[in-house]
Amino acid sequence: MKKTHNVMIKGTKDGLTLHLNDQCSYLELKEELEEKLSIHHIEVEESPLISVKIQLGNRYLTAEQEEELKELVRHKRNLVVGDITSNVITKEEANKLQEVNDIFSITSIVRSGQILEVPGDLLLVGDVNPGGTVLAGGNIFILGALKGIAHAGVNGMREAVIAASVMIPSQLRIADCLNRAPDHYNKEDHHEMECAYIDDSNHIVIDRLQVLKHLRPNINRVKGGY
Amino acid sequence: MGEAIVITSGKGGVGKTTTSANLGTALALQGKKVCLIDTDIGLRNLDVVLGLENRIIYDLVDVVEGRCKIHQALVKDKRFDDNLFLLPAAQTSDKSAVNPEQMKKLVDELKQEYDYIIIDCPAGIEQGYKNAVAGAEKAIVVTTPEVSAVRDADRIIGLLEKEEHIDPPKLIINRIRNHMMSSGDMLDIDDITTHLSIDLIGIVMDDDEVIRSSNQGEPIALNPNSKASIAYRNIARRILGESVPLQAIGESKTGVFSKIKKLFGVK
Repeated sequence: MKKTHNVMIKGTKDGLTLHLNDQCSYLELKEELEEKLSIHHIEVEESPLISVKIQLGNRYLTAEQEEELKELVRHKRNLVVGDITSNVITKEEANKLQEVNDIFSITSIVRSGQILEVPGDLLLVGDVNPGGTVLAGGNIFILGALKGIAHAGVNGMREAVIAASVMIPSQLRIADCLNRAPDHYNKEDHHEMECAYIDDSNHIVIDRLQVLKHLRPNINRVKGGY
Repeated sequence: MGEAIVITSGKGGVGKTTTSANLGTALALQGKKVCLIDTDIGLRNLDVVLGLENRIIYDLVDVVEGRCKIHQALVKDKRFDDNLFLLPAAQTSDKSAVNPEQMKKLVDELKQEYDYIIIDCPAGIEQGYKNAVAGAEKAIVVTTPEVSAVRDADRIIGLLEKEEHIDPPKLIINRIRNHMMSSGDMLDIDDITTHLSIDLIGIVMDDDEVIRSSNQGEPIALNPNSKASIAYRNIARRILGESVPLQAIGESKTGVFSKIKKLFGVK
């Protein structure tokens, strides 16, 4: 019986790509990978690190198995694992992925002590009172007054924005940036229809809503229509 | 079948007990059968405000622990023939002496006999608060025109809205000082109601007479000549379903009519 190759190594400009067969068992795969990497073992001192991409095809690996493969590659030679890609994800992950891209519309008043958190964009029809907090994986749009804390892009999405009909927050956070309100709001300033985003100098700035059209065109979900 | 209303605020010292005593009094004056329950176990004082302190024999904890029957613990206020009763809190134990299930059972039992059960809630959002709201189906939140009190009221409204057995809470703004509100040093009524966005059921002016009368154990609502008394009587009438316009604030030119206009958003 001719032995099929379960592991194919390809060299590219950016490093190595390991194509792993998705038809064999995981154990077979592991063994062969170990073997292949040992055969090609050339110990060159101070050789530069090579980045490796692993492509799994239609195979699903658990987090532990992925870690095992990474460890195997890292252990053998001066390789670093860039990323592991697979064509398959679990339903759970797929749902999560979809949620992150969803807009969650909620009508409610977020009062002092309450926390409202959504994985994707948040569309809140109501106020956020002082002491209340809203968190979103994506953007935050508030049809009402934002007087409490809003944190957009909690998972590190720095392009996220916070927009509110009335913008008098106690704190604004976008990804890992934080901006505190002035100690006193001037009663004459209305702070209506404003948005907050991270500018080029890595600070959260507040501006008119209309600037978003140019700064964050990715907010658009529908193409055409006018 | 009666109605149980909890009077709460979150923050201490805004006038929950005074409000409870006076609403109870005002409702009794309207001929309703009212039972007041003090749930501030360990720090009771509704009995003092009503002037019934020296008639207490049994208390709330005695009732839930089965040491006496409910009617034995109820203290009758002789000023209102058979219309106003008080179930006093115990002074010796603490809030954990009672649990929400026991309170609910107790209030349900009292509802059979009384038109209104007014529950005076302790400050805070812990056990005492949970006991107080357990049996109620309506809630009145008391606040003063101060930022800290409004903040706590906001918190308590959030908690009340989560209780499914309670109707949307109503708001009383207490201790309004006319000159400070008109000079802008105090939050004004519009600010507070739009911020909290719940229905306003009444406003009460700050009045020295309130402190004087509560020290004497006579609720101010008994004295028909004071502004605060009229305010409490108006709130009682609104609880009974009448529509009574809000009191005008002070002697300024904003009369009752413009107040109503303001209420409907006509500038």
